[in-house]
Amino acid sequence: MSEKEKLIEVKNLKKYFNVGKGKILKAVDDVSFDIYKGETLGLVGESGCGKSTAGRTIIQLYNATSGQVIYDGEDTQVKKSAVDKKSMKKKMQMIYQDPYSSLNPRMTVLEIIAEGIGNHEVQLKSKEKEARVYDLLESVGLNKKHANRYPHEFSGGQCQRIGIARALAVAPEFIIADEPIAALDVSIQAQIVNLLQELQQKKGLTYLFIAHDLSMVKHISDRIAVMYLGGVVELAGSEDLYDNPLHPYTQALLSAIPIPDPKIERTRERIILKGDVPNPMDPPSGCRFRTRCPKAMQICTEIVPEWQEVSSNHFVACHLYKQ
Amino acid sequence: MSLPKQEITKDLFVHAPLESGKSEELPGTPVTFWSEAWRRLKKNRGAFLGLITIILFSVMALIGPFLTENSYMDQDLALSNLPPKAAGLEWLGFDGSDVNGIDQYAARGINESFWFGTDEFGRDLWTRVWKATQISLFIAIIAALLDLIIGVVYGGISAFYGGRVDNVMQRIIEVLIGIPNLIVIILFILILEPGITSIILAMVITGWVGMARVVRGQILQLKGQEYILAARTLGTSNSKLIWRHLVPNVMGSIIITLMFTIPTAIFFEAFLSFIGLGLQPPLASLGVLIEDGYKSMRFFSYKLIFPAIVISVIMISFNLLGDGLRDALDPKMRK
Amino acid sequence: MEDTILKIDNLHVSFKTHNDGETKAVRGVSFELKKGETLAIVGESGSGKSVTAKSLMRLLPKQNSMIKDGQVFYEGKDLLKYSIKEMQKIRGSEISMVFQDPMTSLNPTMTIGKQIMEGLRKHQAFRKKELFKKAADLLELVGIPSPMERMKDYPHQFSGGMRQRVVIAMALACNPKVLLADEPTTALDVTIQAQILDLMKDLQKKTGTAIIIITHDLGVVASMAQRVAVMYAGEIIETGTVDEIFYEPKHPYTCGLLLSMPKLHAARSTKLIPIPGIPPDLGQLPEGCPFAARCPYVMKVCHSFSPSKTEVSETHSVSCWLEDERAPQVEWIDGAGGSIDERKRKVD
Repeated sequence: MSEKEKLIEVKNLKKYFNVGKGKILKAVDDVSFDIYKGETLGLVGESGCGKSTAGRTIIQLYNATSGQVIYDGEDTQVKKSAVDKKSMKKKMQMIYQDPYSSLNPRMTVLEIIAEGIGNHEVQLKSKEKEARVYDLLESVGLNKKHANRYPHEFSGGQCQRIGIARALAVAPEFIIADEPIAALDVSIQAQIVNLLQELQQKKGLTYLFIAHDLSMVKHISDRIAVMYLGGVVELAGSEDLYDNPLHPYTQALLSAIPIPDPKIERTRERIILKGDVPNPMDPPSGCRFRTRCPKAMQICTEIVPEWQEVSSNHFVACHLYKQ
Repeated sequence: MSLPKQEITKDLFVHAPLESGKSEELPGTPVTFWSEAWRRLKKNRGAFLGLITIILFSVMALIGPFLTENSYMDQDLALSNLPPKAAGLEWLGFDGSDVNGIDQYAARGINESFWFGTDEFGRDLWTRVWKATQISLFIAIIAALLDLIIGVVYGGISAFYGGRVDNVMQRIIEVLIGIPNLIVIILFILILEPGITSIILAMVITGWVGMARVVRGQILQLKGQEYILAARTLGTSNSKLIWRHLVPNVMGSIIITLMFTIPTAIFFEAFLSFIGLGLQPPLASLGVLIEDGYKSMRFFSYKLIFPAIVISVIMISFNLLGDGLRDALDPKMRK
Repeated sequence: MEDTILKIDNLHVSFKTHNDGETKAVRGVSFELKKGETLAIVGESGSGKSVTAKSLMRLLPKQNSMIKDGQVFYEGKDLLKYSIKEMQKIRGSEISMVFQDPMTSLNPTMTIGKQIMEGLRKHQAFRKKELFKKAADLLELVGIPSPMERMKDYPHQFSGGMRQRVVIAMALACNPKVLLADEPTTALDVTIQAQILDLMKDLQKKTGTAIIIITHDLGVVASMAQRVAVMYAGEIIETGTVDEIFYEPKHPYTCGLLLSMPKLHAARSTKLIPIPGIPPDLGQLPEGCPFAARCPYVMKVCHSFSPSKTEVSETHSVSCWLEDERAPQVEWIDGAGGSIDERKRKVD
């Protein structure tokens, strides 16, 4: 793995929101990970754990409070000229969760997909642009006939494919998929996931796949990072993480997922976590997970566990594995 | 099952897949948002009636004054206070007789017919009513358009840039709302000479606040939408973001607000004229006419009735149309 | 059958659409619920599963929906013939419902305690003290810590999972015989979902309530249900015990659903096999089987005739022309150990 080229290095990324009355929401708090070229990194966690904020900060929809996002050796957080900014935007794209609200209802599919092309290649003639859009539609399983339709005429899965085509329009290298299948029906989810995998192979894309559905993340990702309350608690290869989860939260998360197999379900012992996720405005001291952790110790309330590599390429932040 | 069972024959049990891609096809023809809204508006009878009435009255306001040879300001005391008379409409009360039942036209030996009668200076009321409608509509539409421009720009900037800019701009609006607008308007008209310009300015000075708030609210909501984020990650410039993404999506609310500002403006102008702060003679607006008619209501009720009917019908029509447009354009009603 | 508590027979529900069209949301649904069992109704959005539940509680809006045909027998009496007053008595005390969004099913301006006590008072006469005690007991039963204090709190002071517990407590207030849970965990996180499912199973053991759980999540089905009804485009296309549905699915749609889901315990290289296309528009359903357009084994007959129900076993029935004797043999390729992943259907 270490031979692989790093595409993105996220270093001590923090994103705090000022929520008024002197309160600060630490949505992403000191997160570090690397994304290698051509891989899919899964980012899982429950709602409010900061996974979407992390994605949006990496793509600079939000300005980071501190920390670095280094893309191909270049720090994206440093102020840059408009031209540099634009070329950076071309390299990173995003696919969104809600297939309907992610498409402008007053624009045709052609206009939606052509927008990015127009922004980056101003001199392109409209005929050429159209041809490009038709190609993109084909590549996501739609066709010419759909080009002058409006988003509300499409089903959720089709809308999501239009969103993918829009992201691909500027020929990016890296795509953040922010819960791209959460709003879709089961039978449609597989269509989208297969399409994403197919496109990755064809175009050599790198993905950051954000989701709460661990079984789908495991299916699509090479490595998985698990987030809890603004911090990454475990990062490992997806098979490794599933076979040998180290962090008590990962263990609980894995055991909480109902498996669509009644025989397995009948014999399965669940780790049921007590209580709810604490208020992120007022996170617990020490380890963030300690209030729900079945294996919490005294030290967990006092010291924030260190991010350490326990075995090769398996990182965890937990006092249980202190060397 | 639509057909009897025995028609199911063995040869039907062969593999017969549909062409691939068939299930992806969309039925019908592309429908734009506006054509869909128009279709829905047409189905709303009240709103459609309102629309037709508004068009009719606007046309009358433009051509009405030229349908007779009288100008709205020609005075002729020999023709004063004539009741309405129209050939063929005698059975409706257009017979030229006054409250006492005396045919004033015969009594005074006048051959001409005044469809809506004349006022105390002998001015033709038909011409004056339509001229007044013209002026009232003009004032209202100009005032509403100015509201629109100021409101959209102000609300748009406030919401789009957000943060401190928004904070300051909203405080200014709050101050404006805090001052009773009647006082502002009266002061305004006292300083400027009463006239069309000063009335419009007086109404706009406080009127745009409503539009600004609507636009700000809408844009704030839209700003969080994923398609705006998507456009930003695609490197879309701010001006494009505003004109291609935000404005078209706020248009519906803007039009609806506009439809409700126009009747309010008409009504407000009438009110100002009625209390004597409006247009000065010989110019006429509906408010001025109503005020004139009101003074001699007992003897010459027709002087009040015609402008009153016109203003009522216009008000109702705008409100019906506004309601209909709200139903037709409200994105929540769309699936 | 004696132990049948709820029986739905040939239910048809339609909605009026804005341009005077008709959306046939539920088309001839029939099923039975036995005492103390858990039945799962699975389907995608728009398959009519929620509408079925709401119509048997008579909770559909009157202005634009109508139950066109069918009967709902609760302990032998047809609920659809009940007056509104009689129905109100049944709701809550005999049949309760838990909705997807716990926030909207609670009144935000009333304390939790008041809301539970109100439900209790409607159906049983209690003294005030008793009432308070009973409400606190219920909260304790659903696992809310320090229930006496929390009774004074308003819904917004509870988290999502806690709210759903409160909703379940309210639903169980009068020991209903049937609990209808409409996507009870969809809005919740996985770890909270596990808590709620656990709670429901636990409560069922204690109270013997029969549960109908409506969900799109096959994992939830596998962990909760004894029997499953799969809905597609307003029809139940297959019913059976969980094992029959998961290990011997007969309908191509059921198979497709199972094959399109990623399995946590399967190797990563397993490719997902999606169902192509999109569900049909209920406003303009094609002739024949509604799944025909997406079915990999579709035959000529499927385009013009709707299939009738075929009993595969005593508990297992399916509506598919493939079960007809004239249909070509469909081959099952069972992989080693017979796990679903290696199971594929083929047409010869």
